[in-house]
Amino acid sequence: MKKPDDLLTIAVTGLNAIDSPGPGIAVIRGLREGLKRPLRIIGLSYETLEPGIYMHDVVDKTYQVPYPAAGSESLLKRLVYIHEKENLQLIIPNFDAELHNFIKLAPVLKEMGIETYLPTQEQFDARDKVNLFRFGKKHGLLVPKDKIISSTTELSACEEAFGFPLVIKGKFYDAIIAYTMEQAQKAFYKIAAKWGLPIIVQEFITGTEINIAVLGDGKGNAVSVIPMRKLYITDKGKAWAGITLADDALLKVAADFVKATNWKGGCELEIMRTSKDELYIMEINPRFPAWIYLTAAAGQNQPAALARMALGESQPVYTEYEVGKIFVRYSWDHITDIKEFHQVSGMGEL
Amino acid sequence: MYLKKNIATSESGFIFNPSTGDSYAANQVATDILQLLKQGTALSLVKEQLLEKYRVDPLRLEQDWDDFINQLKQANLLES
Repeated sequence: MKKPDDLLTIAVTGLNAIDSPGPGIAVIRGLREGLKRPLRIIGLSYETLEPGIYMHDVVDKTYQVPYPAAGSESLLKRLVYIHEKENLQLIIPNFDAELHNFIKLAPVLKEMGIETYLPTQEQFDARDKVNLFRFGKKHGLLVPKDKIISSTTELSACEEAFGFPLVIKGKFYDAIIAYTMEQAQKAFYKIAAKWGLPIIVQEFITGTEINIAVLGDGKGNAVSVIPMRKLYITDKGKAWAGITLADDALLKVAADFVKATNWKGGCELEIMRTSKDELYIMEINPRFPAWIYLTAAAGQNQPAALARMALGESQPVYTEYEVGKIFVRYSWDHITDIKEFHQVSGMGEL
Repeated sequence: MYLKKNIATSESGFIFNPSTGDSYAANQVATDILQLLKQGTALSLVKEQLLEKYRVDPLRLEQDWDDFINQLKQANLLES
């Protein structure tokens, strides 16, 4: 069958849906709903049991790609193969750990005819967890004090500086609140084993957890800002339900961040609102969050807006959204077949 | 003190603070009070109307009123 002339082929990563789900499926939902044109979604997966691989009404075809640690050359080789088959027009990466490679490859991909919409390496590094406190101080944004450590012997200095509890964080993911030195040491080893060094030890700030999904245009403008308060938090600290909020202070902190960084693409600000109404930026995630579909439901479809901007199409700044819009995440057993599992395990595509 | 202008209430007693995402359920008396506060009725006049509508001892009303206003303050629903 001949493909429609205006078919848009977009590759998306982050198809996992475990207790800490990737944003991929939610991004795809936003794209399918917001881009009023024929769409072919190519999934880029790392593991064979990422549910998105088998969700054929969501993802048209999936190709396995090498892990980020394999480097940008390996990734490029695989993308060249995929591009020959699929004629990709846009790639939306959704994992922190892979962004460095995609940012590095962005110019080469553009020459191949594949757009991305990503921050520069400098912007990416500036908001990195290990640089966050310095970043906040430079731009007048409240950030918890922290120490970057490579050994458990440095935990005593953290205790002296901040007192317990301490927040022990990995450079990419995971955070554990430690109430004693033993817990801090255990957390250090657990996180270091999974994500490597260094480890970030942050002062503990208490308050209400609010996350903000932001889309920047690379010129200092926040095209879309949607604040969300977590209504239900899993034991991993992930939002399993959340509600959109109306608050000028939250919109301002997001706009200030985008203006200060000229951020290009999607990102998520993790905020702690204290009892004194202070807004601490706990983390800045350099990609869409897993709850990103809520932005579409609230009237500011960030994935679709990003796609339009990446393709050079017109995208006005959003000014309105629905407050009180709630997402409630659920778990669904998707059924597939051993033949599909073998196909993706053996051939690396489905 | 007044109910903050952005607080959403319904006739069935649902209260929603869009700044914080907090929601509450009010009983009938609380719903009546909140509807009057939303209309801008002064606190003293609200109490007068409650005394007219409900069979309640004025002293008891004062005690319950103070308790209720404290709840609204703690929930961050009031402004000066």
